Amino acid sequence: MSQTEGVSAESKSREAARRMPAPDANAIIEMIDVHKWFGQFHVLRDINLSVNQKERIVICGPSGSGKSTLIRCINRLEEHQRGQIIVDGVELTNDIKKIETIRREVGMVFQHFNLFPHLTVLENLTLGPIWVKKTPKAEAEETAMNYLERVKIPEQADKYPGQLSGGQQQRVAIARSLCMNPKVMLFDEPTSALDPEMIKEVLDVMIELAETGMTMLVVTHEMGFARTVADRVIFMDGGEIIEQNEPEEFFHNPQSERTKMFLSQILKH
Amino acid sequence: MSVPNSGEKTELPPPKTQVGVIGWLRANLFNGWFNTLLTLIAGYILISTVPPLIDWLFLDAVWGMVDPEVCKQAEGACWTFIREKYRLILFGTYPFNEQWRPLVGVLLLLTVVGFSCNRRFWHPWLGAVWLATLLIYLMLLGGGVLGLTPVRTELWGGLPLTLLLAVVGIVVAFPLSILLALGRRSNMPIVKSICIGYIELVRGVPLITLLFMASFMLPLFMPTGVSIDALLRAQVAIIIFVSSYLAEVIRGGLQALPKGQYEGAESLGLTYWQTQRKIILPQALKISIPPIVNTYLGMFKDTSLVAIVSLTDLLLATRQAFADPEWRSFFVEGYVFIAIIYWCFCFFMSKYSQHLERVLDTGHKR
Repeated sequence: MSQTEGVSAESKSREAARRMPAPDANAIIEMIDVHKWFGQFHVLRDINLSVNQKERIVICGPSGSGKSTLIRCINRLEEHQRGQIIVDGVELTNDIKKIETIRREVGMVFQHFNLFPHLTVLENLTLGPIWVKKTPKAEAEETAMNYLERVKIPEQADKYPGQLSGGQQQRVAIARSLCMNPKVMLFDEPTSALDPEMIKEVLDVMIELAETGMTMLVVTHEMGFARTVADRVIFMDGGEIIEQNEPEEFFHNPQSERTKMFLSQILKH
Repeated sequence: MSVPNSGEKTELPPPKTQVGVIGWLRANLFNGWFNTLLTLIAGYILISTVPPLIDWLFLDAVWGMVDPEVCKQAEGACWTFIREKYRLILFGTYPFNEQWRPLVGVLLLLTVVGFSCNRRFWHPWLGAVWLATLLIYLMLLGGGVLGLTPVRTELWGGLPLTLLLAVVGIVVAFPLSILLALGRRSNMPIVKSICIGYIELVRGVPLITLLFMASFMLPLFMPTGVSIDALLRAQVAIIIFVSSYLAEVIRGGLQALPKGQYEGAESLGLTYWQTQRKIILPQALKISIPPIVNTYLGMFKDTSLVAIVSLTDLLLATRQAFADPEWRSFFVEGYVFIAIIYWCFCFFMSKYSQHLERVLDTGHKR
């Protein structure tokens, strides 16, 4: 009996933690009571999430659960309709200046890379620094080459994205974001469009990035990556955060039925 | 049981019937009864039309400076007519002794066009060069400075007029149509409805109507004493007309770009105009090259409609040339001659656009 009480107390406190994130001086992203609708469809419901600096978060959940929408709200690729999102002390509103400020601080990597096909790899990397940060061209190119070294494709600098493999393109996309020297990196299913043999090269780059202390929010189905890298795994379903925990606990001791079912489906093979 | 394939295969030449002239003929002209039939029909049409055409154009044609009566006896074309009237056709009613001025102007304009076609010269200063060129062009034709006799725009004519209308039309309509296309896709309701209104209104009326309105109705609304030059009015009508078509062509290009391109640019923090200028327009314009050139070719030939508002463009000048009773019967030669001129310019535009498509291709099709 005392055991059941313990569990319910624990789940209650977890429930409390889910709803009311403790204000944290260290937090770089705060989402408070965020709601979003696509037309009539309630795609994000009452999202409360606080992300600390250097924290690495993996967000998973079935398709249509709102996980991509959640991270796309953080740099305003999607607009939230209720609640507050505060990134690095700046609250996201309709003010375009604030949006641009936040986008400078937040890098994003997309499922389909979204590289600019009419520019060379090097031009893709220097475009943001030169035009947004007004970095001198030579300096921007030097930085760009450094990041290309880090993602291990410096020899592709003068090629066009269309000439690279999917894995190489995604590494260029990561380098492009890093060139802006962001404080937070968002990854929206970065390996979902890749052939199996290319997934590892991208994950390796992401793991290295995590080791440098970058704050990362990663939407992915790569549970191996979640186990090795994440500080926290968040499970979403139906537009809600159902459960969040350290990876060890999350995978071995899932609390909600929906989490258990999801895990059993994706970890089956 | 599968055995690993070891040892090299000898390289064999392809069968004789598939290569060389015979192979090509078989593959392209005589594969199957239907194609063979088509080949024979096409061959018959060519044989029965090409030799007579060559006879008329060249072999039986009259080339010397002869009397019109001699020309009428000839079997072929009378190119004497062109030799006699080429100055009227090319320069229209422009004063005969001053026709070196439009000639210099046209040569200058074509030189600048030629330079602008080269990507190496695509710099901001090219805009200044263009502005200077157009000013010099207008000064040369209009006179009144540097001791040049003033020539009223009503007297301008022929090729210099056609080229002026076409080139200024192309150059001015282009940025205007980009703004219209962007405006139509804008989120701002007022900008958007203005652009939609403009495009749909202008596209819905014939160019002739616009030219008439610009020429005859506009002056009615002007305060007395104020008059706008007839040439300028026609030019503005052409620009307004072409830009509405071009805007829709460019909008098509904008819509063809995946949403990810906007998101990629936005996620880097680029502003709206930076995104348009650096990411969206370069790609959208590139994929719109064929329809843009299509619109321009149409416009180039539509400049001949300015004849209805009494501007002596290339076509009207030609018609004036065979208004001469002595040469009245040689209108075919006149039309053939200016058809060749129109065709040369259009063919150049078409070839140049294909060249642009090739050099701008970065192999990103997916």
